[in-house]
Amino acid sequence: MEANSKGKSLWKDGWRRMTRNRGAVVSLYFIGFICLVAILAPWISPFSFETQDIDRALMGPNGINWLGTDSLGRDMLSRIIYGARMSMAVGIMTAVFSLAIGGLYGAVSGWLGGWVDAVMMRIIDILYAIPSLVLLILVGVAFNSVKLFENPEIKALSGIFLALAVVGWVSLARLVRGQVLQVREMLYIESARALGASGSRIVWRHIFPNILGPIIVMLTFQIPANILFESFLSFIGLGLQPPYSSWGVLANDGWRAKSYPHLILFPGLALFLTMLAFNLLGDGLRDAFDPKIKR
Amino acid sequence: MTKSFSLGPVLGWGLLLLAFAGIATDLSDNSIPTWYWLVLAAWTALSLVYAILRGQMLVFVTKRLFEAVLVLFVIVLSTFLMLRYLPGGPFDSEKALPPEIKANIEAKYGLNRPVALQFLSYMNGLAHGDLGESYKYIGRPISEIIAETLPVSFQLGLYSLLLAYVLGIPIGVISAAKHNTYIDNGLMIVAISGVALPSFIVGPVLVMIFSFGVPISFFHGWLPPALWESPVYYILPVITLGLRPAAIIARMTRASMLDVINADFVRTARAKGLNSNVVLYKHVLRNSLIPVLTISGPLIAGILSGSFIVEIVFGIPGMGKHLVQSVTNRDYPLILGMTLLFSAMLVLANLVVDVLYSVIDPRIRLDS
Repeated sequence: MEANSKGKSLWKDGWRRMTRNRGAVVSLYFIGFICLVAILAPWISPFSFETQDIDRALMGPNGINWLGTDSLGRDMLSRIIYGARMSMAVGIMTAVFSLAIGGLYGAVSGWLGGWVDAVMMRIIDILYAIPSLVLLILVGVAFNSVKLFENPEIKALSGIFLALAVVGWVSLARLVRGQVLQVREMLYIESARALGASGSRIVWRHIFPNILGPIIVMLTFQIPANILFESFLSFIGLGLQPPYSSWGVLANDGWRAKSYPHLILFPGLALFLTMLAFNLLGDGLRDAFDPKIKR
Repeated sequence: MTKSFSLGPVLGWGLLLLAFAGIATDLSDNSIPTWYWLVLAAWTALSLVYAILRGQMLVFVTKRLFEAVLVLFVIVLSTFLMLRYLPGGPFDSEKALPPEIKANIEAKYGLNRPVALQFLSYMNGLAHGDLGESYKYIGRPISEIIAETLPVSFQLGLYSLLLAYVLGIPIGVISAAKHNTYIDNGLMIVAISGVALPSFIVGPVLVMIFSFGVPISFFHGWLPPALWESPVYYILPVITLGLRPAAIIARMTRASMLDVINADFVRTARAKGLNSNVVLYKHVLRNSLIPVLTISGPLIAGILSGSFIVEIVFGIPGMGKHLVQSVTNRDYPLILGMTLLFSAMLVLANLVVDVLYSVIDPRIRLDS
């Protein structure tokens, strides 16, 4: 009971520290806004993301198409809104996915220790040495050639999910293992064990809450990295394909169009602001919840 | 007291000088003689051997080299298997070839043999330094393609890394020295924006401004939008690729300097009346550059992968373009060669950084 109330106050403490960081709070609101936009995309976007209107192609920002139109006359604002949907889905889902794999792997490795840990960490070392981009491209191609889903949108998305999860879980596994190793030698774990708590109870009740802080911080940094990777894959043509929209697809369109600034500027801005918000939030969370920094 | 002569600094500064001489030659007429590379390689090897012997790192380095070989083997094996067992092959073009012709082509490249045999013969070639021939660029050995494209990618990566350090460290130092002022806040906003800016946005926007003169026609035609021919062509790609690492270094330098500023020895140095600039540069900066050096490994990795995008955006004839194309073309030997090369560079870079790290800071023990 005592430990429980103390734990709560620690979290509250961290939260208070974070809310004092203006950048982090604004970022949190911005991320919430983008998530809302992503969820409500079909209802708030002024046009469909794939309706073409050749007569209105390549127009700059104007009264009807607030952010202009692309080379096929599709409304940029709607495409960016739908792009947010894709990018956020990829960013968050993959982070959750890699947390599930990496967290389990790291926890098992750190908890069991001994030769199991040694073998599991060797595997991680090898995976870590493979350039993630090469891995990403290879997995992306692998998935593209396996006809698992009929719907092209789901097919491309699931490929990206898989590629990113394969790349992303490794660093999470390392982090979780390191944290588990650190925490499991603590006195309170020993006393829990002495009191006869079962292994799974110790892991869930005592270790997990204590290592949550660093994991959340890392996830906050992984989401923008995933969004960036998705855009990267779509940019080189291995991710989502037009007419579907993601910020990477839009950036690729904008880059090809060369001298129509609005085509690259607006998706670029959306991507930049989102990345910035996640980075600022991550910094804020780290400062607030990292036990190494004492204030 | 006699000061004993130490070889370390001579080797270190010599290496730096050699590197700068190379860069100067490269920037002036773009042709570096072969003997320069030989001297540089020999010097690097000598410095490494010296570092290893002095730091008793022989065991560590040997272990890591073995590990590196294992890692590379696993990479080649998994890439190989993945390519062979995935549906689709290098000769499935839009126009379907008559089956006899396709079978003939596949027989020519040995693709009809069991996969295990194919792998063994590839490894055999690898052991003899033979990476095979490209399927797409018919008859061209992979080593020739690499020899052609590697120098370009190397230049791009090296200059970007240099830019990152030259830009990042001073920004970090200024920011830390002016901690909690408007200068600090401003610089850090710039830095975190740099971290958040993807290169495939920066590149096209820079091209738009400085080549096409889109918002301000004054800049029209200032810098070439693509290719890699003379130093003028380097500017935009190098900035595009170096911006993010520069921002990361700036943030790292600042954080690490702020850590050191509160250390006891700094207080002592101040207390004995040293000029605050001397304390800052001699005591704080030198001690805080160590963490900055450690992120060189991940930074080099980032630059390696970042060069894909930059090479595509700027149409630079480097390796990145080939890797992406070879993957879509299913050009097996080219994919394998490029993957192997990329991974090898990454693994080696990390090893060198680790060794350097312990040379600079003897407190760090590598064998743990």
